[in-house]
Amino acid sequence: MDLDALTGCLASSACLVTQGTSGFIIGMLLFLVAVGLTLIFGVLKVVNFTHGAFYMFGAYFAMTTYQLSGSFALAMLCGAAGTAILGLVFERVFMSRVYGGDVLMQLLVCYAFVLIFDDVVRLVWGPEFRAMGMPTAFQVPPLFIAGGVVPPYYLLLIGVALAVAAILGLGLANSRIGKVIRAAAHNPAMVSALGINTGLIYGSVFALGGMLAGLAGALAAPVRSLTPGMGFSVLIESFIVTVIGGMGSILGALIGALLIGLIRSFGSLGFPLFTDGMMYLFMVIVLVARPTGLFGKEVA
Amino acid sequence: MTQLQAEPAVERVMEKSPLPRQLKLQRSRNFDVLIALTAFAVLAALPFLFSSKALLDFVIRCSAFGLFATSLNLLVGYTGMISFGHGMFFGLGAYGFALIMQRSGLPIPAAFVCTLVITAVVAGVIGAICVRLKEIYFAFVTLAFQMLIHSVVLSWVSLTGGDQGLRGGIPRPVFLGIDLSNYIHLYIASCALLVLGLLLMRQIAQSPFGYTLRMIRDNAVRASFIGIDVWRAKLTIFVLAALFAATGGVIMSLFVSGAYPEFAFWTISGEGIFINMLGGVSTFLGPMVGTVLLLILNDTVTRLTEYYGIVLGVVILFFAIGLRKGLMDFAVEWYQARRARRKSASG
Repeated sequence: MDLDALTGCLASSACLVTQGTSGFIIGMLLFLVAVGLTLIFGVLKVVNFTHGAFYMFGAYFAMTTYQLSGSFALAMLCGAAGTAILGLVFERVFMSRVYGGDVLMQLLVCYAFVLIFDDVVRLVWGPEFRAMGMPTAFQVPPLFIAGGVVPPYYLLLIGVALAVAAILGLGLANSRIGKVIRAAAHNPAMVSALGINTGLIYGSVFALGGMLAGLAGALAAPVRSLTPGMGFSVLIESFIVTVIGGMGSILGALIGALLIGLIRSFGSLGFPLFTDGMMYLFMVIVLVARPTGLFGKEVA
Repeated sequence: MTQLQAEPAVERVMEKSPLPRQLKLQRSRNFDVLIALTAFAVLAALPFLFSSKALLDFVIRCSAFGLFATSLNLLVGYTGMISFGHGMFFGLGAYGFALIMQRSGLPIPAAFVCTLVITAVVAGVIGAICVRLKEIYFAFVTLAFQMLIHSVVLSWVSLTGGDQGLRGGIPRPVFLGIDLSNYIHLYIASCALLVLGLLLMRQIAQSPFGYTLRMIRDNAVRASFIGIDVWRAKLTIFVLAALFAATGGVIMSLFVSGAYPEFAFWTISGEGIFINMLGGVSTFLGPMVGTVLLLILNDTVTRLTEYYGIVLGVVILFFAIGLRKGLMDFAVEWYQARRARRKSASG
């Protein structure tokens, strides 16, 4: 434990900015993964344990596209679109068979796919650590804000994630599709009786969730190393985020993700060996105080 | 009602019985003991009949995983609590026992008891946090705790050896004439722990408490209305199941002479769930059958390919989406259908 480092950092604006932004990007990546998870849970009532694998695929798709084409924008697009298609196929062919209560079956199908996906990545890209490298457009000197170091790429990452949050929040609340999705979450039988294809909605929501995870993976690819199984720790962290924020709540996912990101970045100063532990501790405190999470509604 | 449950609670209680309940319980207990003794005798005779070490290795691994999987069934099948982090207690048992033996020099039975006490305390704390959560929350908060234990094992290098695992062997002082460094002794001890553990779990499952658990699974609200403290009952079975899982871990640590982070990794929990599915949770011994099947599958596949995950994943999908039940569930249903046919034919 190194509390001096932590208090020292909190006292200096430079350190505060540096640690704060690194906490922010951890939080934003987690938010993108967790919001997909929470959306899928809200509408389909299943917890997608393969969600980490979508993050992983997003990163690998982006890396390969970038290496082939050299275009960063295309890499992001392929990462997101590729996982969206994967999500759609996975939901329609496999997950749709195990809806309706039996959690054990859902868990098993997901467990099977976590194993399969990790091995597919090992088969295609090899078992070793891979790196995509920072795209040339962002290989510029970092910005200095209040004495703290902020790489420009971080700003892009935060901007994209915030934009996604805004689009999702406003879209779900106001657009027609958003209303249909919310209605399907509330009462699917009624929605389908009104002549709306709920299978299509389920598939699209899963694809959307997969796409967000894939986008997170693609955005993370330049700053993280890629390895089979990389999705699992992200999955666990985004579970924690959704538990803290409350299942099914987009705002909860955003707040939860930011809290976890900041805990991770400042915790690594104060408690370098217990950073993971801090996260769990925080989760436990929230769970004891509010079992449905900070923004969760009572789940029926 | 889900498909994956141990036998329904109501049916068994309603069954017309010509014998007083107490006597019936006593008889079924005697019968269980008889089966246990027979099973132990058969297992103990194996080394004298076959000289294959691979077979004995296999039985020891079955003991470790069988205890673990059957204890998970107490939660999943009997109580309807789908724990996706049960493997943490397997890992805790392995690390706890190995560390106590390496560091303290206690005799083996004392170290074993210490391990169980530690497990009970940890399970009590984690259980107190988790058991009031609804099913899917319960599944992934237990999973999160599993990963916490795994990350503690990885990062506390000075105690656990980090990702290298706990090496240097486990000292095995002789106690009561039992020398666990002797392979046959270790084998017999594993079998004894397995049989004893299964017998104890069977008694828990058949006790009034066991039927309370089935009732909680079928309808927790009704159970609490008739005065059952659901939270306490769930916590009790969570801790009891953890103790048996830890015993499995102890056997494993003795078998490999150490402990490795994989023992605390989430895949152990996933395998446990799959074992239950494979064997079926409608019978007490279903998970044992599942264990044997999974280990055979495991050994065959790892010999043939390094892409173990793909093959295992496809097999799991076949069971989960194709069959939708375990092998023992099939056997039981087939037997019942046959009996029903015979009854209708004779009557």
